[in-house]
Order: sequence, then C-alpha cells, then structure tokens
Amino acid sequence: MTGDRGEPILRFEHVSLFFDEQPALDDVSFALFPGASCVILGAAGSGKTVLLKTAIGLVKPDRGHVWLFGRDITAIPESELVDLRSRVGILFQEGGLFDSLTIEENVAYPLLNQRALRCPRDQVRARVEAALARVELEHTLEKYPSELSGGMRRRVGIARANVTEPPLVLYDSPTAGLDPITAHTIMTLILKERDTKNTTTVIVTHRYQDGHLLANFRYNPATNRIEPLAHDGRHAASDTKFLVMREGRLVFEGSQAELEASADPYVQKFVKPLRN
Amino acid sequence: MLDLLKPPILAFQEFFLLTGRTFRNLFRKPHYVDDITIQMDIIGVGSLPIVMLTGFFAGAVMALQMSRALNQYGATDQVGQIVSITLAREMGPVLTALLVAGRNASGMASELGSMKVTEQIDAMRALGTDPVQKLVKPRLVATAIVLPLLTIIADFVGMFGGWVVACPMLNLTTSSQYWSMAWRSLEYNDIAQGLIKPFVFAIVIALVGCFYGLRTTGGTQGVGLATTKAVVVASVWVFVLTFFIGKFFVSL
Ligand SMILES: Nc1ncnc2c1ncn2[C@@H]1O[C@H](COP(=O)(O)OP(=O)(O)O)[C@@H](O)[C@H]1O
Ligand SMILES: [Mg+2]
Repeated sequence: MTGDRGEPILRFEHVSLFFDEQPALDDVSFALFPGASCVILGAAGSGKTVLLKTAIGLVKPDRGHVWLFGRDITAIPESELVDLRSRVGILFQEGGLFDSLTIEENVAYPLLNQRALRCPRDQVRARVEAALARVELEHTLEKYPSELSGGMRRRVGIARANVTEPPLVLYDSPTAGLDPITAHTIMTLILKERDTKNTTTVIVTHRYQDGHLLANFRYNPATNRIEPLAHDGRHAASDTKFLVMREGRLVFEGSQAELEASADPYVQKFVKPLRN
Repeated sequence: MLDLLKPPILAFQEFFLLTGRTFRNLFRKPHYVDDITIQMDIIGVGSLPIVMLTGFFAGAVMALQMSRALNQYGATDQVGQIVSITLAREMGPVLTALLVAGRNASGMASELGSMKVTEQIDAMRALGTDPVQKLVKPRLVATAIVLPLLTIIADFVGMFGGWVVACPMLNLTTSSQYWSMAWRSLEYNDIAQGLIKPFVFAIVIALVGCFYGLRTTGGTQGVGLATTKAVVVASVWVFVLTFFIGKFFVSL
C-alpha cells in the first residue's frame, strides 16, 4: 500500500495452518507497517484468534512465513522468539489473566518475566501503577481477577498488554460480550494507548463500530476523550487497514472506503450494522 | 482401522514430547522453588489424611482376611510377615498412587485445563515464561518427592492396622512376635521395589495430569473431560507399571 514506510512490523506470506486437516488459516498474506492500525473482522471461527497467535509464534504455521520486526519467526529458535515477544503486547479474547495472582502481580508479570526488557526491580511497582492508572484501575492492585467485573478485567488486560510499552499491541475481541457503554470505554482506552505512545495497533472484532472508531477517531489528552480526526478523512483511511477473514481465508484487505464499497455480501455483512 | 488408531498414537507421541521437554528442563533454570513447595503442600499435606486412613484399613483388612488361611496351616504367627511384605511391595505403593492419582492428577488436569481454556497458558508464553518450566516441572518434582514419602507413611500405618486386627482383636500372635516378623521379613529387594514404584508412579501421575490439562480444548466442558481422562489413564498406568516393575524384581 505504501512503499515509503520502510520495513513492515508484521508480515504474513502465504501462511496456512491446519487443525486435524481442517484449515484454520488458508494462504493468508498481508503486511502491516509501523504506526498503522489494523482491524480484523470475521465471523466466529473464521481464524482471527489463530491469526494473532500465529503472529507472535504461539502456534506454528504448517506452511508459509511470518515476519515480526523483520525476523522470520517460523525459522528462529524459541529463545529468540521469547525475546521478540517482549516487544509485542497482547490482550487475549478469554482474558488470559492469571487467577492465582493479584492484579498488581498480573500487570507486573511481563516486566518481571520478559528478560529481554531488563526492567529494574525497583521500577516495577511504579510502572504497574502507571499502567493501571491509565486504565483507571489504580485502586485494584490487591484484588484478584475474579473479584472484578468483565469490563474491569479487560481493562487490566489492556494495562498488562501496554505496561512494557511495546511498539506493537494486539487486541483479540476487546469488546466481545460487553454492553455498548463499557465497550465504548474499552475502545477509548485502546485509542488512548495507541495515540499517546504511537503504537501499531491490531484489533480483532466483530463490531464494525470498533473499526470505525479506530480509523476515524483519536484520543485527546486534554479532554480525556476521543474525538473525530480532521474532516479530511483521507489521512485516517490511509492509516487504518481493514482485513476480513472467512473460514481461514483473507477475503478482503483495504481501507475503510474500499470496505464500504465492497460488493461481496459476506464483507457487506460487517459494514451494515453502522448504517442503521 | 488406521483412522481409529491415529488419535491415541498421536496422543502417545505428544505425551512423550512433553515428557522429553520436562526432563530436558529439569536442571535448567529458572527452578520456581516456591511453586514446588506449594505443590508439595497440596499433594503431600493434602493427601496425608486419606492416605493414612486407607493405609490403616488396607493393613487391617489384610490381617483379617489372612487370619483364616493362616489358622488352617497353624501359622498365625506369620501374620506380621504377610502384612508387611504385601504392603511394602504392592499395596502401599499402589493404593497411595491411586489416591494421589484421584486427588492430584485430576487436580492438575483441571487446574491446567482451566488455564488453557482461559488462555492463561498462551498468556504465560506470550509474557516470557515457559509453561513446562513454570507449571509441569514443579508438579513433577513435588510429586516425585512426596509420593514415596506418603507411601512409607501408608506402609507404617498399614502395619499398625494389621497389628490392631492381629493382636488386640483376634489374638493371632503376640505383639512382639508380630513386629519382629514384620521387620525381619523385609528384604532389600522389597524395600527397593517399594520405593522405586512410588517414584515411577509419581512421574507418570504428574505428567499425565499435566498432559491432559495442557491439551484441553472446548471450554469448561473440555476441562471436565480432561480431568476424567487424566484420572483414568493415570490409574491404569499405575496397575500396568506395578506389574512390570514387580516382574523385573521377581526375575532379579
Ligand atoms: N487448539 C485448537 N485445536 C483445534 N482447532 C482449533 C484450535 N484453535 C482453533 N481451532 C479452530 O480453528 C478455527 C478458527 O478458530 P479461531 O481463530 O479461534 O476463530 P475466531 O475467528 O472466532 O477467533 C475454528 O474452526 C476453531 O475450531
Ligand atoms: Mg477468537
């Protein structure tokens, strides 16, 4: 799409992955450049989660190559992969918070365990508090995940994904199963993390509104709210890429305008909800 | 036919991969000593009451059942020997292992299984820890230390249970005769197999529990399934292995 942005931060090249001979990813290719945002849409079971997990090498593709920060992660040993992962933040669909640890310990986990970060021990507490303050949960340090509501757990997940200030953050269905107001709060926090630190952001969602927010809004630190980008829209569209997955295949890749103009009925299904 | 055999063969292969990875990591840092201690407490202290209770009645039942046969041959003074040999060689290790399989293989499978379905295992890997190091190794080490100890305790409590039946209850023999028979009859061979068995069982129980936990799929339902499978498979392996280890010692 753009040739002047240097090397992609994440690139898939003809990636296929099978579970019991059923393809979960089927010849998927795309590239994501630093500073861009990416929205992955698709029905349940279309392979969105598997795609994110493949991106950081949690599952290995059967065919094809994945480049993360310019390294082919299908060809490097696990120890190097562990170091690469310390530059990626991830929010899991099912939360992935450790129930046996407190909120503080959960958010501190990447700082203490990702050795490539070399985070001094005496800085951990301050960084955890700052990350939790950004998601407005600074009062929950001593609590356990089971004591928090679903929306609060997501916010802890966002704090944990961003506490290391990674250049790339992946969010798997951050708004799934939440009421519209909480979902909006979550999206605001995601935009906040993206726009205050300029992180490359990937979100998986089945709600087109989430993608619309990511593409057309930005976080304003002065008001602590999100606001529409300048009216030219062009700038926004070029920075946010939309991908649509169907049964493991990437059936659409392009800008929001291209997505809305698509004639494919499957793709159209994800655009419609915003219009009524 | 080939399709029918494929899943169990694949599972077997995966099991050995996990076993290999665990043993390769055994002496590699980090060691997560705290997790080992916690697991030892859960497995050891947690199982102690039922292990003692079961051991006591195992010994008592053995003395009871043997009393008639021994009476027929006029050999009731040998009851101590029979109880102690059977306990040390077979009953102590197998019963304790079955109890620990029921309590802890299931516990490990359900704990790791729920971590798997809530993506905590993925999170662990994404955030810089190896689940084999952090979860499997402490459980394996803790079980391997604790199960032989539990077995020794079960053996002793079982001998005491046998004594209660043999002496105060049925007057088969004198107390001093019972205990000296119980001691003297134990050979190195019996003690060796009585300690090697729980050690081997411990490895199998911990690995089977963790294995089924880590390969859980399909949400909460999957966790229940994994738990059941872990207990069944671990228990069957205990019986299979006790036979082969016993066979090895018999042929010595
Ligand atoms: N660990 C696994 N074992 C077997 N099949 C899996 C596994 N993970 C995902 N799948 C299958 O891969 C497909 C894609 O799953 P997923 O990426 O979770 O979909 P979604 O788009 O809803 O996130 C589904 O058909 C799912 O059943
Ligand atoms: Mg998913």
